[in-house]
Formats: sequence, C-alpha cells, structure tokens
Amino acid sequence: MSFVFLIFLPLLAALFIPLLFKKVGKIHTGWFVLVVPVALFIYYLSLLPTTIDGGNLVSEFQWIPSLDIAFVAYIDGLSLLFTLLITGIGALVVLYSIFYLDKHREQLHNFYVYLLMFMTAMLGIVQSDHLITLYLFWELTSISSFLLIGYWYTRDRSRFGALKSMMITVFGGLMMLGGFVLLSIMGDTYSIRELIPQAAELATHDFFIWALVLVLFGAFTKSAQFPFYIWLPDAMEAPTPVSAYLHSATMVKAGLYLVARLTPIFALSGTWMWLVAGVGLFTMFWGSFFALKQKDLKGILAFSTVSQLGLIMSLLGASAAGYHIDNIAETTFKYAGFAAIFHLINHAVFKGSLFMIAGIVDHETGTRDIRKLGGLMGLMPISFTVAMIGAFSMAGLPPFGGFLSKEMFLTAMLSLTEFDLFSMDVWGVLFPIVAWLGSVFTFIYSFYFVFHTFAGKHKPEELPKPAHEAPIGMLISPIFLALLVIVIFFIPNRVGDWLVKPAVMAIQPFLYNSPSEVDVHVSAWHGFNTELFMTLGIFAVGGLMFWTLHKWQKSYDRFPDSVSLNALYDNLMFMSDTGANRFSKLYMTGFIRSYLVYMFSFVVIIVLGTLFLTESFAFDVTNLAPIGFYEIVILLALVGSTLTILFSKSRLTAIIALGAVGYSVALFFVIFRAPDLALTQLVIETISVALFLLAFYHLPQISRKEERMRFRLGNALIALGVGVTMTLVALSAHSQKFLPSISEFYKETVYSEAGGGNIVNVILVDYRGFDTLFEIAVLGIAGIGIITMIKLRMTKKEGQHENK
Amino acid sequence: MRTNDVMLQTATKVVTFIILMFAVHIFFAGHYTPGGGFVGGLLTTSAIVLLMLAFDIETVKKILPLNYVTMTAIGLLLALATAAASIIFDVPFFTHAYDYFDLPLFGKTSLHSAMLFDAGVYLVVVGVTMTIIQTIGEDE
Repeated sequence: MSFVFLIFLPLLAALFIPLLFKKVGKIHTGWFVLVVPVALFIYYLSLLPTTIDGGNLVSEFQWIPSLDIAFVAYIDGLSLLFTLLITGIGALVVLYSIFYLDKHREQLHNFYVYLLMFMTAMLGIVQSDHLITLYLFWELTSISSFLLIGYWYTRDRSRFGALKSMMITVFGGLMMLGGFVLLSIMGDTYSIRELIPQAAELATHDFFIWALVLVLFGAFTKSAQFPFYIWLPDAMEAPTPVSAYLHSATMVKAGLYLVARLTPIFALSGTWMWLVAGVGLFTMFWGSFFALKQKDLKGILAFSTVSQLGLIMSLLGASAAGYHIDNIAETTFKYAGFAAIFHLINHAVFKGSLFMIAGIVDHETGTRDIRKLGGLMGLMPISFTVAMIGAFSMAGLPPFGGFLSKEMFLTAMLSLTEFDLFSMDVWGVLFPIVAWLGSVFTFIYSFYFVFHTFAGKHKPEELPKPAHEAPIGMLISPIFLALLVIVIFFIPNRVGDWLVKPAVMAIQPFLYNSPSEVDVHVSAWHGFNTELFMTLGIFAVGGLMFWTLHKWQKSYDRFPDSVSLNALYDNLMFMSDTGANRFSKLYMTGFIRSYLVYMFSFVVIIVLGTLFLTESFAFDVTNLAPIGFYEIVILLALVGSTLTILFSKSRLTAIIALGAVGYSVALFFVIFRAPDLALTQLVIETISVALFLLAFYHLPQISRKEERMRFRLGNALIALGVGVTMTLVALSAHSQKFLPSISEFYKETVYSEAGGGNIVNVILVDYRGFDTLFEIAVLGIAGIGIITMIKLRMTKKEGQHENK
Repeated sequence: MRTNDVMLQTATKVVTFIILMFAVHIFFAGHYTPGGGFVGGLLTTSAIVLLMLAFDIETVKKILPLNYVTMTAIGLLLALATAAASIIFDVPFFTHAYDYFDLPLFGKTSLHSAMLFDAGVYLVVVGVTMTIIQTIGEDE
C-alpha cells in the first residue's frame, strides 16, 4: 500500500471542514475531524510489528522528477514512534478541543483546517526521507503554527506571539535548508538513508562543519533551545489544545527528531556532541530556573517544555558518545539514546495532560494567573488528581513514568564524565552538576504548578467565574494520558521493546543489528548507586526550596527586563522595522516621476556600461531595409505628438497626444507586417486613453496660471541617454547576429508540434504558456490591488482590533 | 453635465455589437490567423467602455450585470485547470492536445485545448480591465 499518500489525508480532509462547519452546524465540527487522527493511528499501529523487529517500509511518490524531488515516506522505529505520537496525541487533543472550543462562538472551520494542515506537515517531517520535502513540511509546520497561535487574531498578544514564532522558526528553517543543500552537495543525494552510509567520508569534507551548524540552527529554533526558546512562551497565546499539541507534544519535538535522525551522519564530530549536549543541558537548566518566575499557568508549562526539550536534546548529544566507544553494550554509554527516546514519550504524555489541565483551569475559573488561583482541590478533584500525576511524573517521582527516564538521564550524564575525547575528561564533570541543578528546579516548579493552583486558600473573589469541575468530555483526554503515565511506570520494558529500541536503532544504526541487541533493561530499583543518591538529593533540596519558595521567589523580579533575550528580539524587530522604513523613505518620494528617473538612469548606466565594457557595439548598414515615404510620415507624426505632450498647456491635449503616439507606433507595426501587434496596440491605446480620461478626475489640478516648463538638465540627460541607449542597442543587435533567429524554429514547428497557424498566439498559449499563466495571475493581482486601494480605503484608523 | 449625445448613443447601439462580434471572431481565429484571447478580451472591453462613454456606468451595469472580479477568478482557474489537466493524462504540465473533429454545422473543425487556456486569458483580461475601469470610474 502506498502509505506515502496517507501523509496528505489530513490535508485532504481539511478541504471539507469549512463545508461541514457551515452546513452541519448542529454537530461540533471536531467530531468529523476526530475521525482522521483516529483512523491514521489505527493504521500506523498495524505497522508496529514490522518495526519491532527492526524492519522498515518505504513508499515513494515522484513529485518533480526532473529535479529529483520526491515524496518518500520511510517508516522505521523512529519515524513510526513520532507518527504514533502525532496521530495519537492528535486524536486526544481534537477530542479535548471539542469541549474546549464553543461551537457557536468560535471560528471552528479555521481552527480545524489549520490543525489538519499541521498534522500533514508533521507527518511529512517525520516520514520524509528526502531532504527537500522534509524542509517543505518543516516550513509548513511553522506556517500552521503561526496561524494557530494567531487564531484569536483580534488580540494583540496573539498576533505578536504568532509573528515571533514565525520569525524565529522560519529563520532557523532557512538556515537548515542551507545545511541540507550542503549535505546534498557533499553526498550527491537528497536521501537521508543514502547519506548515512557515507558518514565517514562526509566528516572530512570542507563543508561538513557548516552543514552541521546550519542544520542545528533549524533544530534549535524549532525545539526552542537557548537562545531561541523565546518564541515558545509567547506562543502560549494559542488556544490550549494547540499548546498541548503543537507546543509540547509534537512540533517542538521536530527539532529533536531531526537531531536524532541525523545523529548517524554528524555524530563523529566533537562539535556536534558539544553543541547538542551542551546547548541542550544549558537550556534544561535555564528553562527550569526561569519557570519559577512565571505567574501564568501556561507560562510555567512553556518554560518547563523548554527545559524538558533541552533535557532530551542533551541526551541525544550524549548518545553521540556511543560512536566513539567500542563494545557499547558493556558500558553505561548505551543509556543515553534509550533515555532520550524514553523520556520523549514520557514527556509527550505527561506534558499533554498538564497542558489540558491548565486549559481546564482557565476554562472553568476564567484565569490562568497562579496568584489568583488556589484551593481548587476540593472543587476540581479529578483535575487535581490528573495534574498531580502529571507533575509528579515531571518532577521524577515514583511510581510515575518520569521517574524512570529521569534516573536514566542522570546515568547518561554521569557516563559523560568517563568519556575521554573532545576534552570531555576536563569539562565532562559539569554535565551531571548542571543536570542535577536543573532537576532540582524541575522538581520545584512541578510542585509550584500543582500546589499553588490546587492547594492553599481558595480566593473566589479574585476569580472571574465561580470555579467548578470541568465537563466529563473535557476530562477524558487528560485522564487517559494520566493513566498512561502510571502504566508506563509498570511496563517500561514493554514500551522499551515496542517503541524505544526500534527508534534507538535509527539513532545508532552502526552499533546494533536489530532492536533486541539494544541491551537496556529498565527497572525502578537499581540498588544504592550515585543516581539514586542524586535523586534523593533532588527530592530533599527541591522539597526544602519549595517550602521556602515565597521567601526567595521575589528575587526573580530583580532580573531587569531590559537585558533579556526578549528585549533583544524586540529591539531587533524594532530596528529592522524603523531602520528599513527610514532607508526606504530616503528614496521613496511617492512621486512616480522620481521612480521613473531611477529606473531610466539605471537602464542607461547598466546597458551602456555593458555595451562599452564588452565592446559589443557594432554598426552595419548593409542589411537594412530602405526607408520609405510612409515611414517618414509616421515618424514625423510620432515626433510631433511626443513634442505636443511635452509642451501642451492642458492635460487633455497631452492625453490625446499620447494616444496619437501609440497609434503611430501601431501604424509602424502595420507597415512592418505584424498584424497581431498592431491590433493589440490599437486596442490598448484606445482603452488606455479611455482609462486616462476616467482617472482624470483624480489627478491633481494643474495650476491655472501655467508656469513655464522649467528646463531640468538632469532629466534632459536621462532622456537623451535612454534614447541613445535604445538606438545603440537596436543597431548593434541588428548588425551582429551570432545565433540564427528563433523565428525559424517557430515557423517550422508551429503546425507540426503545436497544431496552430499563428505563431504569436501559439507562443502565448503554448510555447511560453507558463509566462502567460503567470502574467494573467499578475494581472489579476493588479486588479485586486486597485480595488483595495480605491474601494477599501480606510477613512480613519478604525478600532478593529480589541486589545486584551 | 448632460450633453446631447443622441448620435453617439445611436451609433453605439449598433457599433457595440459589431465590435463584440469581431471580438468573438478574433478570439476563435487566434490560433491560425491574427488574434487570440488577449486581443479578443481587449476588444470586448473596448466595446463595454464605448457603452459606458455613451451612456453611464449605472446603465451599463444594468445591461451587463456581471461581477468582473468573479470573472477574473474564473478565468484564472480555467487557465490553471487547462494547464493542470495534462497531469491526469500523465504528460508534463501544460501539454496541449488537439485534433480535428467533424461537427454539425461547422464541418471539419480543429479543436484545441489551447483554446480553453486562451478563454481563461480572455476572461482575465476582460475581468481585470473592467474591474479597474469600473472601480476608478465609480470612485467619486
């Protein structure tokens, strides 16, 4: 079965959504949408047995064969894991959104179209084996994320957040495209599968380091790594289902996917290991540290996501160590890759549930400000339980899934201290320390999130709405995820065999022949070792610091906002905006006459310059036709009417004289036997004169007292220059013909190839049909432009946008 | 400002049809003799403009209640669809097809998919020029 087309199923479904929304208003549109991810999830689940044994499936669809661009869906352990996450969490999120978004008040058709578009894009990223189509889908996720963040587009913050995420991720995406192009130049293929066996040769190539850094730009911007993470907190303006789906479970993991997928290519380089592990770990600490500064529930979760993504990123970086170790199965280096994937699954599960709870709290109390919340435990017992399970898993407490992967994370970080390449033996000791610090803060913010919302004193007077438990429909998805959190704790090795090990195979393909060779057994109890003491330390220190949080949390406010990364972004945007504006204003006068001066002077300079530099001027009169009586007459008329335009006192005369110029040119066409041109020119002149007369009303008045046309030397020189240039070019072009005229080709093939008789028209519709197609498109755009300029002129700045 | 334009109006009533017929002729003739969608479209426009000059925009709107923006859109879609249709037949984008058919009334006629594309061009040209003229003309 060509499952490559399944990638496009959500996009196809999106076509019907607006129709369903308009016609079947009684049923929430979400129910129709739900079918898509559920069906896909079930189908992809059926592929699971193949990947468990380390097999893979490929399905191809040629898109642009001439450029060697194709959609190649490649299913192996890694891509199937992501595919299942996308469709599985997608289904839960759609279910949740049905109760979250009101069918009467919200523009559901927009929402679900964007969401389905995103689903296609995301499936495309994780299944594409072809670098260029991967890039295509990559940018499509940026665009759909932009649209979803800006879903409540009347809010200032939404638009700001949408633009910010777009700017940063698209910037990264473009960098990444550069990296991809370099990779394809080095390996002479676009296929990732074909690049991987060449890894050793690639590593010695001059471009290698450039490709590496550029690709990481893409991965780091998408996965919100330091210092690019700043878009993620602002992306929280999106509706909560979107935050749960895009900004915690799937899209932000695209960067992780890319790093995991390309690890076999880049892992041999020390730069890769340092950058991925170092930036990841620093992000982990940074995010967890600043999560405690946040007052907004979703803000806390956003920083927590940044931190957790950093954690997984650092594990992926550490997994690169496995490439430099012999006999990996006997060392602790084997854990990093496994832990990365395992934690990725855990994170998707618990963070999804936490986001949904944040949405529920927002929905049922009307605020997400943690200072106003408190004491909801009794009012919302189910939400509280779910939140607690999620948060404890995040904090790394047993008996929840997060505990297991957190332990392995510490193991992996500790193993780095034993690594003796790339000056790791000196600096490697930093890794467990930073990891431990980050974990302490993770512990604190997890507790902060749950207990400052659900415990403490209830403050009903501060809440916009009286708090109550959410409807059951909204709770289904978070409860399901919370159950998964617990289930994963009890059957970690089942999860490991089915999902994690096949994915680890994709990260470290040289090390294992089949998933069963990945010799990692997850157990909750390892005996008394360093990891356990570190965990106990986290609980103790974290607990103590949480207890005293109210005393030291205020010190966060001492960080000045003006030196933050956000301020840097704002300044950059402001500068590029006003700077570009100022620069444009230097030469954009608003008068078309100034623009014509620019254009014509450049034409003169460029063309004359080329003529002289290449010494291509030639003058040859032997082939010229004799000048006849008619030509002279028309020429006189032409010159006469041109002069009339210049010296006429009234505008009407000038317009009519302009028409006369056009008609004289048309007569020239007649004489030189170009009936098509003549015909077109005649009609065009007629219509444009009519248009001119219509526009007459809008033109500024020429003052009654006719001021004498002043002589402008500059303009005269340009006019002269244009005339001379055209004459010289025409003469030279005629005097030297290196190539035979193309008209012979047209003459021969117009009937045999194109089945026509009129060359001019056949060129338009057939030989150069593309040109015509785009020209009429441009024409259409021009029409729209004129309508907007004239019909939709805003009289004054209307308060269209409410600012919340 | 109303002037006596009986002569113009009377002449227009006849001339408009002549121009329109000519436009149709030129559009269909385009593939073998001078003409085509672009000129045909412009000629049609000029006929409508003549009507507008002789009468006024409101009257012309009543005579021809057309939405020119939609017309432009239909034209663009038609052109794109003609170009894209070749994909269905598994030949590269923009491959035209043509053949001769024996039609009643016309006899042996050449039918060409390029004509459909040209019809798209025709509609866009009429649509856009009329949109421009109408919006500028109505804007007081």
